[in-house]
Amino acid sequence: MTGKTSNQKAWLFVLPVVVLVAFNALIPLMTVVNYSVQETFGDNVFFWEGLRWYEEVLHSERFHASLLRQITFTSIILLIEVPLGVAIALAMPRRGPWVPVCLVLMALPMLIPWNVVGAMWNIFALPEIGLLGKTINSLGINYNFTQQPLAAWFTTILMDVWHWTSLVVLLAYAGLCSIPAPYYQAAKIDGARGWAIFRYIELPKMKRVLTIAILLRFMDSFMIYTEPFVLTGGGPGNATTFLSIDLVKIALGQFDLGPAAAMSLIYFLIVLLLSWVFYTLMMRHEER
Amino acid sequence: MRYSWIVPTFYILFLLLPIYWLLNMSFKTTNEILGAFTLWPQEFTFNNYLKIFTDPTWYNGYFNSFTYVIINTVISVTAALPAAYAFSRYRFLGDKHLFFWLLTNRMAPPAVFALPFFQLYSAVGLFDTPIAVALAHCLFNIPLAVWILEGFMSAVPKELDETAYVDGYSFWRFFFKIFVPTITAGIGVAAFFCFMFSWDELLLAKTLTSVAAKPIAATMTRTASTAGYELGLLAAAGALTIIPGAFVIYFVRNYIAKGFALGRV
Repeated sequence: MTGKTSNQKAWLFVLPVVVLVAFNALIPLMTVVNYSVQETFGDNVFFWEGLRWYEEVLHSERFHASLLRQITFTSIILLIEVPLGVAIALAMPRRGPWVPVCLVLMALPMLIPWNVVGAMWNIFALPEIGLLGKTINSLGINYNFTQQPLAAWFTTILMDVWHWTSLVVLLAYAGLCSIPAPYYQAAKIDGARGWAIFRYIELPKMKRVLTIAILLRFMDSFMIYTEPFVLTGGGPGNATTFLSIDLVKIALGQFDLGPAAAMSLIYFLIVLLLSWVFYTLMMRHEER
Repeated sequence: MRYSWIVPTFYILFLLLPIYWLLNMSFKTTNEILGAFTLWPQEFTFNNYLKIFTDPTWYNGYFNSFTYVIINTVISVTAALPAAYAFSRYRFLGDKHLFFWLLTNRMAPPAVFALPFFQLYSAVGLFDTPIAVALAHCLFNIPLAVWILEGFMSAVPKELDETAYVDGYSFWRFFFKIFVPTITAGIGVAAFFCFMFSWDELLLAKTLTSVAAKPIAATMTRTASTAGYELGLLAAAGALTIIPGAFVIYFVRNYIAKGFALGRV
């Protein structure tokens, strides 16, 4: 915070942002809090329920199951996408005519609307008419993601790797590009080879961007809704019903506003808490 | 290291395969899609695209999506500019808390807000207008824009501001004549990400519209379920949604590398 002047008028500069975000964040959040402590049978008649919905959600097996699925999914996504993204970034050329071509092509999946991503993977993986599905089946493996839970998981994860690994690649690549050439020359003089260069020069320089990559991938995969919803509809059965899909089912499908609101708040708190834990852990590591 | 080009090449091939399959489907007739497994269209047809360009329910969807994406990008970046300047240059009451609070909104699952948003925007009479979607998307785009722009602005030395004041510039004249032009790259990156997330997001866009302002992505979902499973048409509509993104990324490709290098985004 050095070099900043104290100026209370700065509040006028942030006012538009605060008003716009508060309108979208505080009013809906208060609505959710309201619902979460009341019971309604329609006609805008509400009864005070206290913490009943919170207890119900925290003890419900359905919530535990979706939470477990969500954590498993997010862990797999992070374990695949982060190392893969770093590996691809390391193999990319640092300069030359191919760099913009690589960047544009790699960023392409991130700019496709999320339901189109789901629809695209649906027709890509269908066992009868999809390239992926047909290929796997012709190898003699019985594969049908609309019926087998394992195949559904495989397809959902592959889709997310396809969709978001590029984000890690672009961030890691930018981190690598910011390393000055003399670092590499010094390492060469000291006789450092591939792994040592990566471990002691490249990895520390990428730490900042990787923190952001991991945080973004964690948050977004924890909130994933549209892509798996379009691809599998949360099925077969409940096999790929992640937290957001379950929440929308309860809130808009069954119109159980109280439990849905309580679940929303618990969900939001989990994301906030885990993001904070991730962030402080990585920052503490950096200070050492 | 001589063979390292293999890795990105294979990765890009993997990225392009599903897109190729989508394009392939979009040029096929429904009969061919369901009847035979072919690696390229045997009876090449433009009918799927023709249908989209002639049927108002389809092309209006694109128009609606563009309208709210552009409104949102303009609002987000315009509002974020002075705020990011304040965060990067001044110390004021509650600044750190405010910055953190803004960022927490980027962490809110849209599913949590779907129903309250519907009620809020119905209550203020904006339901089913592009403005409702544009405003709702501010929830996650404004924090992101502030974060990105603050990174770019902090990289500009404070001496620039001081010299301008000594030269007799008023604040706003300095801000628009000198400061904004120096951070064009940052504005480009921020606008790119606002465009991207607003164009991609569907849950809120679908909840806040019904007929008049229905986005293209929602038109696709509904047509898929009502008019039978017209895969060719669906594929053509999907393929067309890729084009705006491809254009945008082509124009900002050089800014993106810079933006990522600052560790913001």
